[in-house]
Amino acid sequence: MGIRFILMVNKQGQTRLAQYYEWLTLEERRALEGEIVRKCLARTEQQCSFVEHRNYKIVYRRYASLFFLVGVDNDENELAILEFIHLLVETMDRHFGNVCELDIMFHLEKAHFMLEEMVMNGSVVETSKANILTPIQLMDKAS
Amino acid sequence: MSGPSLMDSLFQRTLEDLIKGLRQQLIGEQAFISKALEEIRKEIKSTDLSTKSTALLKLSYLSSLHFHDMSFATFHALEVLSSPRFSHKKIAYHGISLSFHDSTPVLLLITNHLRKDLTSTNEFEVSLSLQCLSRIANVDLARDLTPEVFILLSSNKLYVRKKAIAVVLRVFEKYPDSVRVCFKRLVENLENSDPQILSAVVGVFCELACKDARSYLPLAPEFYKILVNSKNNWILIKVLKIFTKLASLEPRLAKRVVEPICDHMRRTGAKSLLFECVQTVVTSLSEYDSAVRLAVGKIREFLVDEDPNLKYLGLRALSIVAPKHLWAVSENKEVVIKSLSDADPNIKIGSLRLVMAMVSEHSVAEISRVLVNYALKSDPEFCNEILGSILSTCSRNLYEIIVDFDWYVSLLGEMSKIPHCQKGEEIENQLIDIGMRVKDVRPELVHVSRDLLIDPALLGNTFLHRVLSAAAWASGEYVEFSRNPLELMEALLQPRTCLLPPHIRAIYIQSAFKVLVFCLSTYLMQWGSTASSASPDNLRSGVSASVSYESFDNLSVENGADATVTRGQTYTSASITNESILNLLNLVELALGPLFESPDVEVQERARNVLGFIDLTKLELLNSSVQGEKDLERRGVECSKTIELMHDAFSKELGPVSLSAQGKVYLPDGLMLVENLVGMEMICADIEPPSSNLFSFGIPYEEKDGVSFSNLQIEADSEESNEATSLLAEHRKRHGLYYLPLGKSEIISNDYPPANDPTLQGNINDNADDLVKLTEESLVPKRKSNHAKPRPVVVKLDEVDAKPVGVKKAEYKDDSLSGAVRDFLYGMKDMVPTSSQSNLPGKASSKRKGKEKQHTDPHVETKGNLVDYGNPSSRRRKHRSHGKERKHRSAREKNAEEREDTGQKEKEKSSYCHGRHKSRQRAEEPLNVSAQTTVIPDFLL
Repeated sequence: MGIRFILMVNKQGQTRLAQYYEWLTLEERRALEGEIVRKCLARTEQQCSFVEHRNYKIVYRRYASLFFLVGVDNDENELAILEFIHLLVETMDRHFGNVCELDIMFHLEKAHFMLEEMVMNGSVVETSKANILTPIQLMDKAS
Repeated sequence: MSGPSLMDSLFQRTLEDLIKGLRQQLIGEQAFISKALEEIRKEIKSTDLSTKSTALLKLSYLSSLHFHDMSFATFHALEVLSSPRFSHKKIAYHGISLSFHDSTPVLLLITNHLRKDLTSTNEFEVSLSLQCLSRIANVDLARDLTPEVFILLSSNKLYVRKKAIAVVLRVFEKYPDSVRVCFKRLVENLENSDPQILSAVVGVFCELACKDARSYLPLAPEFYKILVNSKNNWILIKVLKIFTKLASLEPRLAKRVVEPICDHMRRTGAKSLLFECVQTVVTSLSEYDSAVRLAVGKIREFLVDEDPNLKYLGLRALSIVAPKHLWAVSENKEVVIKSLSDADPNIKIGSLRLVMAMVSEHSVAEISRVLVNYALKSDPEFCNEILGSILSTCSRNLYEIIVDFDWYVSLLGEMSKIPHCQKGEEIENQLIDIGMRVKDVRPELVHVSRDLLIDPALLGNTFLHRVLSAAAWASGEYVEFSRNPLELMEALLQPRTCLLPPHIRAIYIQSAFKVLVFCLSTYLMQWGSTASSASPDNLRSGVSASVSYESFDNLSVENGADATVTRGQTYTSASITNESILNLLNLVELALGPLFESPDVEVQERARNVLGFIDLTKLELLNSSVQGEKDLERRGVECSKTIELMHDAFSKELGPVSLSAQGKVYLPDGLMLVENLVGMEMICADIEPPSSNLFSFGIPYEEKDGVSFSNLQIEADSEESNEATSLLAEHRKRHGLYYLPLGKSEIISNDYPPANDPTLQGNINDNADDLVKLTEESLVPKRKSNHAKPRPVVVKLDEVDAKPVGVKKAEYKDDSLSGAVRDFLYGMKDMVPTSSQSNLPGKASSKRKGKEKQHTDPHVETKGNLVDYGNPSSRRRKHRSHGKERKHRSAREKNAEEREDTGQKEKEKSSYCHGRHKSRQRAEEPLNVSAQTTVIPDFLL
């Protein structure tokens, strides 16, 4: 399982989106998120975007006020994950138009839906923005 | 209380209201949330599905982002799931994948919902249920829904098919027998040209191959096609990962893929793909020189890039190359060393690892010097990182790379004085270990120990206490190499030792005891020799002592100056005088007197031992020295005997003791250990076992403890001393076998091979020479031309020091999934020999398909085979695996009593399949190996 979890955290350390691909209890998740956020948010722009934490590798990237953190297995390609994060942001940007933290907050289910289109069972299955967004657009039209 | 009224439903807060409300709460967020949860608990019981689903949506939000338990709503989620409306289903599936796990009670109830949606005509409903299945599938779900997933694997809707492919991974993991059903269709999808499908299926194989690559070797031709033809970087990266695993198993495959991978490396503009190529080459294709050179060139580009990410990855790739191609590191050594002071701790650690990889016998001094300087300058965390890696690198393989132990021991001393040093324990272990193993270094060790002990400031640093305890022990044990034992005594008894924890203080006192005994016995020998020789000589020394040695400080200066080997192996100058002995005794009494009442038993007991010993000897000793020699001979006989005794006891050298030595001790006839001690267990039940850190020196120290303990007994009843010594001698005679030979060669070489095995040494040197050739021009610009002295002997204990290599029980783990796959891909060969032989050359894929056709209805075959495997041994195995499975399932089975009856048969069948499966596989193990060697080239060429 390449990707273990995806987190979006603002710079105050509040989680805005959390998607796990393996079962963790609430306490485990709380502890994990706390530790990771503390570790990653303390880092500067000059430092690299990879942090080893427990048996995960965290690949993170900051967009304005929001950190995108992806926990992956140790043999996952870090640069590919960075590209994945960028693809995710671009996709959301295309859908929401100038995506910002508030969009994700108020349309969490859409953000989840996009993620589910892109990642299944921890591996990336879809990388085309059009393909990711088609179902959402259909649903928007239907409702 | 009833459910919510219609009014409640009408005025229900939506998720958006909830989020807005949360945003307005600056303080009291918790109160707001618990109020919202109250509402949700009410609303979720509503009969109106929209109210219910909104409640579930809000609950999922709170659970996901605010860590609130939503397990109470699992049943309600199922209710929402049964709604015909898609938007409700979506909410329900989201909630379910968030909150369900293997032990969720209502998990059993979801099977039919999932089955219904999996067979739905609405592709989005199918997609939702597939996604959910990929998150929550357990053994039962995977087994029950395998047929539906199997059908979807060849769905003509790409959207559904790719998700079905992704879900297969989870199904395989949970229910390996599904491989028989689905694997063929999965493989067929590898030949699909659609990037969506390909991406999904390659992702699945990548994960599968990570667990057990060997099983997927027969699929190499398909992967090769993708590697050559695909233009999609995501897919290529996954395929490269698969080849990384496969190529290291099959050299011929490596030969085939090395060129295409190099092509990608040259052509691609994507850093991620480039890095993956580099990683593949350095991990699995390191025999191909040109490829490695190309990869190292790319690594260099990464290293000099501004982007810290690329730098970090470059360093990591370099550390993968390092073991096989050290030149790659040496070529980039400036960048690596420069990275030691990078802003990013991750990069610093990466470069530290690389620097340590460059260490060789010749460069170790140079590199350690550089690193210790870095350690002095850097923050505590990185400082200890550096120290830790120096310590572990230098001690590797019994200090393999250390030639000059004097240098290393003084480096250890220096490292412990670095302010941030927290590696006390490791330094302690190494100091003692080296002291015991390397005879030649002991004088230097005592010297370094003295420097550590004498500095009162070090006692205040708690991290150093362990080092100090090692120093104290070494200077007591090897006191004969001390240039000035009197000064040592002062250091051991200095007032600030009260800062030490009791168990280390006890070591200090014990060492002081040894020093004291040594001084007294030296003094006595001196008396003996002077008494027998001319008396004026003696007189002169006495006079000079009273004149010049007014304090110990003077003494130390004097002695430091003329520290030479005076007598035998003793380094101490023979100038212990009456006065200094008197001072010494007074000092000991003064320092240890207060400890008579120490609350710590260990400290108290040792202090009492020393003081008791002084009481025993002091009076006679002093009297005899005041009166003439004649008296000495008469009256001092007894006390000198005592001192001699103690001296003998302490001067026995302690060797490293094999961990298994105890087991070799011969059990005397008539000793009934078990019977006698059974009763003791009950008595001792309440008594705490001695704290383990009392024996901070590990085994050797315990041994030592034993010896000194018997000595103390001797002291206590000195009348029986002769008997005691003879006992001690006997003890040694008996156990001597289990100490190291230490020069004695009568021990059987089988147990303890000679410490410096010439062949072994030769190998080491050869290796080292290779390394030198690689690093000399780069790292050691001015390395010492020749070592002044040869490397001293390092005593080895084969049993203890041989690295405990975990005995591999099996070639690969007994994984039922890989077993199933392997069985599918290889096993057919044995079952249908005629068909595979007939079309051996050429058409690999067609052959496989042909075989697979025979397997299109695996269920039938499984049932049929059950009967055939009836021999007793395999039957037993079946039962065992069956039992295992039962145990594994037992938790769930409690909740599934009613299902049990129907499910039982099926379960039994499946576990029988497992058993048969495994046992057959084991039997065929050799066959498989030979099959691989013949089969793979066919596939490749």
